[in-house]
Amino acid sequence: MTNVAEISRPPETIFQQNLRNFMGNRLAVASTAVVFLFILLAIFAPLIAPHDPNTTDLFRRLQPPAWVEGGEWSYLLGCDQLGRDILSRIIYGARISIFIGAAVILVATTIGIIAGLSAGYLRGWVDVVISRLVDILLGFPYLIFAIGLMAMMGPGLINIILALAYKEWVIPCRVVRGETLATREQEYVEAARALGASRKHIMIKEILPNILSPVVVVSTIRMAHVIILEASLSFLGLGVQPPTASWGSMVSDGRAFILESWWVSTFPGLAILLLVLAINVAGQGLRDAFDPRFHE
Amino acid sequence: MGFGKFLERVLHLVPVLLGVSVIVFIMMALTPGDPVQIMIGDQAITPEQESALRRDLGLDRPMLERFFVFVGNAVQGDFGESFYHRRPVSEVIAERLPATIELSLVALIFALVTSIPLGVLAAIRKNSIFDRIATVISLLGVSLPGFWFGILLLMLFAVHLNILPVAGRIGYASEIAPITHFLLIDTLLRGRPDAFLDALSHIVLPAITLGLPMTAILMRVTRSSMLEVLQQDYVTFAEAKGLSRRRVLFRHALKNALIPTVSVAAIETGSLLGGNMIVETVFGWPGLGRLVVESIFLRNYPLVQAAVLLYAVTYVLLNFFADILYTVLNPKVKL
Amino acid sequence: MSALLDVKGLRTVFETRAGTVCAVDGVDVEVRRGECLGIVGESGSGKSVTFASVMGLVRSPGRIDAGEILFDGRDLRKLSQKELRAVRGRDIAMTMQDALTALNPALTVGVQLAEVLEAHDETLPRGRRARTRAIRERSAEILGLVGIPSPDSRLSQYPHEFSGGMRQRIMIAIALACRPKLLIADEPTTALDVTIQAQVLELISDIRAKLGMSVVLITHDLGVVAEHCDRVMVMYAGQVVEEGPTTEVIGSPSHPYTRGLLGSIPRLALRGQPIHPIEGQVPDLIDLPAQCRFYSRCADRTDACLTPIAVRQVGPHRKARCILAGEDTQ
Repeated sequence: MTNVAEISRPPETIFQQNLRNFMGNRLAVASTAVVFLFILLAIFAPLIAPHDPNTTDLFRRLQPPAWVEGGEWSYLLGCDQLGRDILSRIIYGARISIFIGAAVILVATTIGIIAGLSAGYLRGWVDVVISRLVDILLGFPYLIFAIGLMAMMGPGLINIILALAYKEWVIPCRVVRGETLATREQEYVEAARALGASRKHIMIKEILPNILSPVVVVSTIRMAHVIILEASLSFLGLGVQPPTASWGSMVSDGRAFILESWWVSTFPGLAILLLVLAINVAGQGLRDAFDPRFHE
Repeated sequence: MGFGKFLERVLHLVPVLLGVSVIVFIMMALTPGDPVQIMIGDQAITPEQESALRRDLGLDRPMLERFFVFVGNAVQGDFGESFYHRRPVSEVIAERLPATIELSLVALIFALVTSIPLGVLAAIRKNSIFDRIATVISLLGVSLPGFWFGILLLMLFAVHLNILPVAGRIGYASEIAPITHFLLIDTLLRGRPDAFLDALSHIVLPAITLGLPMTAILMRVTRSSMLEVLQQDYVTFAEAKGLSRRRVLFRHALKNALIPTVSVAAIETGSLLGGNMIVETVFGWPGLGRLVVESIFLRNYPLVQAAVLLYAVTYVLLNFFADILYTVLNPKVKL
Repeated sequence: MSALLDVKGLRTVFETRAGTVCAVDGVDVEVRRGECLGIVGESGSGKSVTFASVMGLVRSPGRIDAGEILFDGRDLRKLSQKELRAVRGRDIAMTMQDALTALNPALTVGVQLAEVLEAHDETLPRGRRARTRAIRERSAEILGLVGIPSPDSRLSQYPHEFSGGMRQRIMIAIALACRPKLLIADEPTTALDVTIQAQVLELISDIRAKLGMSVVLITHDLGVVAEHCDRVMVMYAGQVVEEGPTTEVIGSPSHPYTRGLLGSIPRLALRGQPIHPIEGQVPDLIDLPAQCRFYSRCADRTDACLTPIAVRQVGPHRKARCILAGEDTQ
């Protein structure tokens, strides 16, 4: 009876099927691993970083990376204009990028889901108000809106999160609203309505679970965008303030030294590229696997 | 498009523009720091002088009234005085605008001439080397931080290879009396090809940096719309007519495939506005973007307010234009 | 006289992720000069792919795997792309199911007509001015021929500015612009209203008589075939299952599938009698077993049907692929 095991295995759920699709995409899996690596770096930064990120050492001012003449292996990626270890600052900088990226997406997605569900399901004036607000916010180029808000609120971690989330929620909101409009006429929703379920129940228990996967996919890909925006704000000096290490401000620091000390700008920028690229590839893999509209 | 439809869209613009100005106004009204204090700076003045100044600036009026005064003035192009320059904001902005517009246009042209051929090639040779290159560029386009990419280009071409300038719009030796304020045009009008080349060498790197994300997006749009169009019956029918491959691809397929590309290009031109701040900062480009960034640190709020409003209005209008363009280009959408 | 088109052993396959789909499997077609041949079958029977193969218009991931396509004695499969393009549109023309999608929405009708003349018509004058004028005159003449009123002024209009029936006529006009020897009309009436259907079919028949061309009428409507075609060929799951003169095939079908098709047509004459749609579905064309392809849906199946079935001669001009019909030709 060799095929008993085969028969008794429960049938795959759609989720398992999608997950298997995703696991088959090697590039996406590798990218996911890179993202997790960055998350681990961020969490365990104090244990991993070889040096304190803020300790200055004027003797090591603009010391080149280890493999270049004048470098040393304990300062692998060299030092910046204040003699701080670039590798350690990159590791600590991951905390800022990932924390802000995750926080903005979390806040924006939560608001976006609530607003989008309400607009799409309740329709009427709620929809009008929310859609109008979305139109207005879409009237601003993203970075300019964030810059305007940062100018108004002043720098600081919470302010950056707010400045980005103020506009970011529009994106999940539009996705959720569209999906809700499509879903509200489905038979199972009609059935629940006919059975007298409350609007809250229908929105949360019937509609939400069915529209969650496109939202998760969009949010994942948007996180890459948010990380670049945060880095851009920091680059302009409107982000996290010194001496806190953030990748954007590290690239900005190095700008004054591109004539002889290329490493100061190069490595933090490379870290941004790597993380953002990994999130994008992983996100596209998720989209291909989980969003049925992208199946070819 | 019928006039009624057009009017409807124009009317749709009104609440959006009003909402945008409300937000810009609130943004600045809530900004900490008293504008009067900022204006006064270190000068010693009497409390009477101070309240007179406050009255002159209209800061003693209620919020709602101040908003309508702000909008009313803004419509007439009056954004108040730039604290730092001691000149009208509109004048300072007008001075910087040509540099920004010139850079944006060159970036747009760069994006169009690179993205369309590559997108088309990627579509007609699906899974070929061109398709791979297109995939890589489109990923890099959304993943490369613009400010870092700009610095890399500077390190390579300006420092290492030393073939392009590090910053600015034009060298001292090439400066000419302005006509249109677009240097690439003025240098030619003045009959100075050497100065033209100098201006061109200054604009190359900023334009590439600014245009790359747009290249990526337009290429993806062109590729996927071309792939879709190639599946259409009218392409098969054109082939069945025995037309040359070139005619089928360019006259029949491309003409339809470019409709979404063109309207996305119009939308994305709006996104160049945000990129301008970064790119102008990296390349020391004397445009509006850099002026805004500097003004934030100088607490020159009237200028920031005016610029943010200007950007937003331009952005809204570009989106509106993209919408109209799509309808006009697409004969299928009933007139 | 030899046949105008003689297709032998055509096999067209599509490579998909699930496996190789054999859409056309060993099809022979003969189209004689001046005749109208009807091709009948459900969607997925391979009737359209067969003629896309003849035109050399099979798209990736599809490809012609085997067979000869002799047109006027030349094997089209051996021609270069350039030589094939000279045949397409000039000697063999095609119309598609829906003119709305077959005409380019972004080009005027005049441009779409002119380009086919430009590509093939060698009688056009050389000088630019004269050439443009000649093309314009020819275009208007052709539109007039298919019954478009005031054709001269309508050349500068776009396809969406015409009614459905007019668009269909324009597509036919484009196909006939170079007076082809063979017209392949792929479901010419499916997208149209019943009244306009009849007009369009009349138009094709008229022009066939006028130009003396051959017509292949691809359809799933046996009624249309009965009215317009000299001979008929029935296809099922990538194979020809029956062929012969229209009156004979419709009068006494040899293959159970043909009988099924006839039984599923609602007819005024048979009002009150039940319609019998054929039960079941066309089999999956991947990894087909070597047996009669109609087996699963056939009312008369026997165990002998589980072996490969060859085409049998049924009458002097008739063939069928069924062991219950006629005698084995081999």
